[in-house]
Amino acid sequence: MRNVLKYFIFSLLLSWMAFAPIQSCAQDTEEPKEEKFDAKSFIFGHTGDSYCYHITEMKGEPICVWLPVIVKCKDGGSWHCFSSKHVCELKEGETFEHKGAHFYVSPISADKYPGKLVEVKADGGLSRPFDISFTKNAFGIFLVCIFLLAFFLPAARKYKKDPMAKPTKYQGLVEWLTYTVLDGIIKPNVPEKKVKKFAPYLLTVFFFIFFANLFGLIPFFPFGANVTGNLSITVVLALLTYFFVNVFGNKHYWKDIFWPDVPIFLKAFPLMPIIELISTITKPFALMVRLFANILAGHIVIMVLMALIFIIGGMYGAGMGGVMSIVSIFMTIFMTALELLVAYIQAYVFTILSSLFIGMAQHEPEHE
Amino acid sequence: MDLFLPESGLVIWMLIAFLIVFAILAKVGWPMIMGAVEQRNTHISDSLMAADKANKALAGIEQKRQETMAAAQAEQIKIMKESQELKTQLIEEAKAQARQEAEKIVADARFKIEKEQAEALAQIKNEVIALSVDIAEKLLQRELSDKQAQSDYIEQLLKNNQTRIEA
Repeated sequence: MRNVLKYFIFSLLLSWMAFAPIQSCAQDTEEPKEEKFDAKSFIFGHTGDSYCYHITEMKGEPICVWLPVIVKCKDGGSWHCFSSKHVCELKEGETFEHKGAHFYVSPISADKYPGKLVEVKADGGLSRPFDISFTKNAFGIFLVCIFLLAFFLPAARKYKKDPMAKPTKYQGLVEWLTYTVLDGIIKPNVPEKKVKKFAPYLLTVFFFIFFANLFGLIPFFPFGANVTGNLSITVVLALLTYFFVNVFGNKHYWKDIFWPDVPIFLKAFPLMPIIELISTITKPFALMVRLFANILAGHIVIMVLMALIFIIGGMYGAGMGGVMSIVSIFMTIFMTALELLVAYIQAYVFTILSSLFIGMAQHEPEHE
Repeated sequence: MDLFLPESGLVIWMLIAFLIVFAILAKVGWPMIMGAVEQRNTHISDSLMAADKANKALAGIEQKRQETMAAAQAEQIKIMKESQELKTQLIEEAKAQARQEAEKIVADARFKIEKEQAEALAQIKNEVIALSVDIAEKLLQRELSDKQAQSDYIEQLLKNNQTRIEA
């Protein structure tokens, strides 16, 4: 009985999903000027960064969380800090004036600085100011960070208070998560004596990436920011791994870079040292691109499947759009399930490779 | 393409936020969790080892107890056997003694009887002698004239003596 009810509700929802675009399309055609669906803006608008957190639209009015814009104009310009409401609601061709400077956000379809805040100079030229706005992704980062602290610190406090007490269910969860990473990823790669030293970084990286990936899949406020699918975030993570590998690398690691065990002519003319040095950079570079590309690709595929509804609807009419929406919904469910897997796999891969590189830089040669 | 260029502002935010979280978790997060779990691990393994040891000791004690029990039982059986033996021995001895005593009593009695018999016989002999002498005396005192009378007289004498003896 419950199952029948469940299927009934599910099919109702599906049919609603199928007809919703038709209705919206029908409304669109009634309007005098026909707006063409811009797939590129749609996809990159959702996967990229933005100055405001767009939640939904009600009666044509957008409902957003307006995040602060913080910029410093080029060439000795001043600092500007204002709500993104002023620049996001501008009509085309308008600019926002703040303390004598004019700003606008260039559209995603623009060739120059797409989706970014641009200053319009007095002579009409465009310049990109130094921009440390608290954007949607910055918000996403802080959300993940706060979640990490809120999730792990209470457990740590409980452990500190009474380490031998019977752990609660929540502590069990924290323990299980921590030790899956510690025993499954870190301990097999990092030498046993160094585990205590590097585990904090690797654990933080793992859970940061993992929860950022998961939050990115939740499609409503305050989640849904494409944090790990943004190169700015992965570049920081990769740099930190680079830092941990090379700064704490031991003598043997550096000797292997500058004076490896190869014939003398390969290292006297410094061919091998150069290759080895480059390889220290390519390793974190690969980490950076892998994480970024995987997560971004997943988000883009989901957005493309959504965009397909409107593209097909625009090309062949509302009916086809409705049919397409059923297909898209199923494909999106499949993709989201896959992304759930990818969320874990990418966090796992990033952490296991980081611990492998760190472990290799800590490796002591066996005495012959 | 713009997508593939890191954004300086976001890099700064990320660096600040991540480093703060990392610092906090590295200071008061992970070491506490790991430390507590390690501590519990060692505690559990120690406890298990202690329990194992105690179990082994207990098994030793149990074995000793059983051994003691068995020894006590054997001792008991042995004592019972000995007492049984002692009992039969005592009975045998008592029997033998009793028999001896009885034999002695019987012999004594027999000896007494024989002695009394002999005494009686001797008395009878003396009586007979005295009687004979008596008769002979009386015979001698009377004149033996009549034969018939003599015989009757003897007869009478004998009769008298007999009554005397019987008396």
